[in-house]
Amino acid sequence: MKKQLQITVNGEPRQALVEPYYSLLDTLRDELHLTGTKKGCDEGDCGACTVLLNGKPVCSCLVLAHSAHDAEVTTIEGLANGLELHPVQQAFVERGGLQCGFCTPGLILSTVGFLESGEEPTEENIKHALGGNLCRCTGYTKVIEAVVAASRWNRDSQGTE
Amino acid sequence: MKRFEYLEARTVRQVISMLQRYGENARIVAGSTDFLVRWRAGVWNPGHVINIQRVAGLGRITYSSRNGLRIGVLVTVQALEQHPMVRRRYPALAAAAASFAGVQVRNLATVGGNICNASPSGDTIPALLVFGAECRIAGPDGDRWVALDQFFTGPGQTVLRNDELLAEVRVPPPPSNTGSHYIKHSPRGAMDIATVGVASLVSLDGRRGPCSEARIALGAVAPTPVRAYSAEDILRGHDLSQELIQAAADSARDGVQPISDIRGSAEHRKEIVGVLTRRTLEQALNSAASGPLTFEDQRRLTVQAAF
Repeated sequence: MKKQLQITVNGEPRQALVEPYYSLLDTLRDELHLTGTKKGCDEGDCGACTVLLNGKPVCSCLVLAHSAHDAEVTTIEGLANGLELHPVQQAFVERGGLQCGFCTPGLILSTVGFLESGEEPTEENIKHALGGNLCRCTGYTKVIEAVVAASRWNRDSQGTE
Repeated sequence: MKRFEYLEARTVRQVISMLQRYGENARIVAGSTDFLVRWRAGVWNPGHVINIQRVAGLGRITYSSRNGLRIGVLVTVQALEQHPMVRRRYPALAAAAASFAGVQVRNLATVGGNICNASPSGDTIPALLVFGAECRIAGPDGDRWVALDQFFTGPGQTVLRNDELLAEVRVPPPPSNTGSHYIKHSPRGAMDIATVGVASLVSLDGRRGPCSEARIALGAVAPTPVRAYSAEDILRGHDLSQELIQAAADSARDGVQPISDIRGSAEHRKEIVGVLTRRTLEQALNSAASGPLTFEDQRRLTVQAAF
């Protein structure tokens, strides 16, 4: 039986009527029409569906929608400020960290979660943080370069505040 | 795919009374990382799903030098990996948590879920076994304690009764001059399920002294995670030479009867058990003699093993 779900998505309170077996991913895409979050494997292996749940990266395909009631969710649609890209998005564009783009929303949200965790952006730590995101185009080298570039901007912008 | 009724509990008492009511037709979930995948595949078909994620008091992890580590059943694998005292005193457990899936799954998956799903390849289990973890199980008549090595009865099978909930895992403090390590081998590295996982612990009688305790636990080579007791016996009480470590590794290899499956043949698994037992023992001995690795060095070993 469908039940009402209250959830804050990209800063806006939203409601949806969803079945108990709905995932957070299906709720975002099919009920709230936020299709920037991609469905790849639907079993937690590919990372294409990564969103931030209360600030932490999670595979939204594995989350029971109702278990996220009253939670705050950030999707790829919530990062840019109007036409101004988020620094991580900008870094992926400038460093060529994407080709077909299907894995990109997930990679970008994993990167945002990583940079906000405060861990040092060493190559090992970046690989560890992005190990749950599959990309079949880039070979990852440019993705890692983009994360390093974004971490510098992150540090610089925090330094000037 | 069978539809289910979704229930949320806020207290342990509520969980127990829901379990008493719905018995075998109920399934407990927390992070739900295994649940949704298996429900979609038709493997798990409960009529009632009891979400315990918001049950009070089960999400804490604490450490004291006297009592060791207390891990609430809702502590996530990510919280385990990030805990400074886990990294310092229980390196094998930190390494196991770090090699567990990706951060998107670690942020959801709970230590309790990894134990209760009782997969032979569950990453946290061999590490918890070498540290002598014990389980506090809540039931209608109060709590009972079961040693983790008595907890598993088969693949996906545990001693938990239909009206019981795993509430907490306690891990005693390791003695001084103890080192430990966990290495997971899997085809893809990141995200993949272990072909073989090996945890080893070595305690020395003084920094250069003979081995006072040795424990080795193996994942994915038997119906449940298992200790390699005869390999441990080769080490205990002796000065640990390279030859003795190799003899223990050979014994661990010869003592398992793994199956062949999609992740590796039985012969391959046996060889990997030998290699990983030797490597984890060498690392554990090294740490026991000269202090634990820094977190950065641990991270490098984990990432190098995975990528």
